[in-house]
Amino acid sequence: MAGIDGNEPHQMTMAQALNLGLRRALERDSKTVLFGEDIGRLGGVFRVTDGLQKDFGEHRVIDAPLAESGIVGAAVGLAIRGYRPVLEMQFDGFVYPAFDQIVSQVAKLRRRTEGAIGMPITIRIPYGGGIGAVEHHSESPEAYFAHTPGLRVLSPSDPQAAFVTIQQAIASDDPVIYLEPKRRYWDKGSVDDSVDPLDLAATPDPWRARTLRAGSDVTVVCYGPMVRTCLEAARASSEVSIEVIDLQSLSPVDYDAIVASVERTARLVVVHEASRNAGLGAEIAARISERCFTVLEAPVMRVTGYDVPYPPNRLEEFFLPDLDRVLDGVDRVMSY
Amino acid sequence: MDDSGLGAAGVQLLTAQGERVEHPDFSLSLTNDECRGLLRDMTLVRRLDAEATALQRQGELGLWASCLGQEAAQVGSARAMAASDYAFPTYREHGVAWVRGVPPLDMLAMLRGVTNGGWDPNRYRCAPSTIVIGNQVLHAVGYAMGIQLDGSQDATVGYFGDGATAQGDVNEAFVFAAVFNAPVVFLCQNNQWAISQPADRQTRTPLFERAAGFGFPGIRVDGNDVLAVMAVTRYALERARAGDGPTLIEAYTYRMAAHTTSDDPTRYREAAELEAWRQRDPIERLSIHLMAEGIVDDVFLEGLEQEAEELGELIRAGVRSMPDPEPRAMFDHVYAERHPEIDAQRDELDTYLASFVEEGVR
Repeated sequence: MAGIDGNEPHQMTMAQALNLGLRRALERDSKTVLFGEDIGRLGGVFRVTDGLQKDFGEHRVIDAPLAESGIVGAAVGLAIRGYRPVLEMQFDGFVYPAFDQIVSQVAKLRRRTEGAIGMPITIRIPYGGGIGAVEHHSESPEAYFAHTPGLRVLSPSDPQAAFVTIQQAIASDDPVIYLEPKRRYWDKGSVDDSVDPLDLAATPDPWRARTLRAGSDVTVVCYGPMVRTCLEAARASSEVSIEVIDLQSLSPVDYDAIVASVERTARLVVVHEASRNAGLGAEIAARISERCFTVLEAPVMRVTGYDVPYPPNRLEEFFLPDLDRVLDGVDRVMSY
Repeated sequence: MDDSGLGAAGVQLLTAQGERVEHPDFSLSLTNDECRGLLRDMTLVRRLDAEATALQRQGELGLWASCLGQEAAQVGSARAMAASDYAFPTYREHGVAWVRGVPPLDMLAMLRGVTNGGWDPNRYRCAPSTIVIGNQVLHAVGYAMGIQLDGSQDATVGYFGDGATAQGDVNEAFVFAAVFNAPVVFLCQNNQWAISQPADRQTRTPLFERAAGFGFPGIRVDGNDVLAVMAVTRYALERARAGDGPTLIEAYTYRMAAHTTSDDPTRYREAAELEAWRQRDPIERLSIHLMAEGIVDDVFLEGLEQEAEELGELIRAGVRSMPDPEPRAMFDHVYAERHPEIDAQRDELDTYLASFVEEGVR
């Protein structure tokens, strides 16, 4: 496997992997443009777009005025003109001003025009907590978008997945909400950049879940920032054999992969940072009860954030599922 | 003296009485055919609008948002556009859609409830009508940014009303257009009413004056004067093409009908106000002018009336015979690429509907 310089895969952070993926997308298609607040001169508040404006120019990496609805609304016009905009919402808590354009326009225009107009827009959103941030900087808004027909929702969990799926999201002719787990931006991993993410014969399908660890007693489904937590929990569990599935795509969800696993383990725990009520876990529990009712040995359990506004950061360790809470959820399904 | 509230700043080339006047900054020279064309457009749009309103009353359309009284603002601005320009209309811009060549029945299809859209926007370079107030103005700016990136000479016109000027999206559109110097014309039809709220509940300053605060020119024009609207829009489009950036045009007009067929304007406005605006009718004044100039005659007007009758017939018959889509069509074009949930749910509906056939119900 050849790396950047024709050698071995590189160790890099998720932020660097995303940067490399964005660079490849800009190289691949002259109609791809990056648009967002502070993404050019500054390189983004998380430096995910570092250096891209310098290398591709101000007409490809465009610094936007500070207005999220304006960014998404203008991207709709760019898409109608034939562009493939990649947007950055600076933080999860700042996507809400753009919610109207996303659900009313981005999600619907293909359907409204019976396919005449496409919305190949990627909306990157750093999301989730765990970095000691202030109010409005630690939210997990995925359920809003997963609930909206016409959108796809992706969340990478490691640098390799980030490198590959950001390019696949941009290449998709559908609008993709691309949720980047900000607490994992600095996690390092091996990235093989010789893979062509658009060659689906050679690359994993971004809309399929990934089984990251095989196990026989219980299935743990997670995504984004919780994947590392769940893998650590699985490794720490000496008595119970835990299978860990990284959804990667939150809309559509790869239910076949979960069903195939639960048919073997008969037990399922869903883990997410987002609040519990009407979250992804609720939908997954409903689907699995429909499809695996006679197989299940225990109800589907959820380990999630609580149904409260994201707490002040001195309390976030009690809000966010951690290794022990994941194992507690596993214990509950095992002892049911 | 014009007593509409237009004010001294308002550009006018044709008075409410149909008298042609000159303006120091804006002139317009049209061929006789172009003049006749404007009268034809406005007359046929008014007929389309009346037919649609009647069809709604008969239960054939779910809703209709009438453009009665705003024909000059819509036809004049849209006729100023080049074929390669792109219009971004609201749900009331039937006159714009007409000029862009959208077939009348396509305009009515969404209100008939057989589609969520109605036409191929790229074919007519006219975006789908937008119902969420102000959303489309940002689309016009984004498209204009794309024009700039392409190095093209095209321009866009973003339509909205006085009510929309309170929306964040419209103000964000102004900021983005100004900052990027985008080739866009903001065409605000101030029709005096945002459903039940008068313009003075939308703004404390004349709307056209707001442009100065964003850093581009604003012009008020008599929106019932098709010649003035066309002249001012041409000017704004030329500025856009020359790289001089956006212009806000406030077309000062009046919504002579209800907000939509679901609305009852007698609850909030006086009949005398409507009557005063009737005296400023955009079609009547052009007709008087063109008759006086000998550009149209009774024979032309009779021919036009005949054409309007035929259009009405086409609309009535066409709407009534518009086929309902197949139930499974709701799953089409939700996504560009294969989507397992959509496929599964389409099959679920098919199976459910087939169960009635098996039971002999359908």
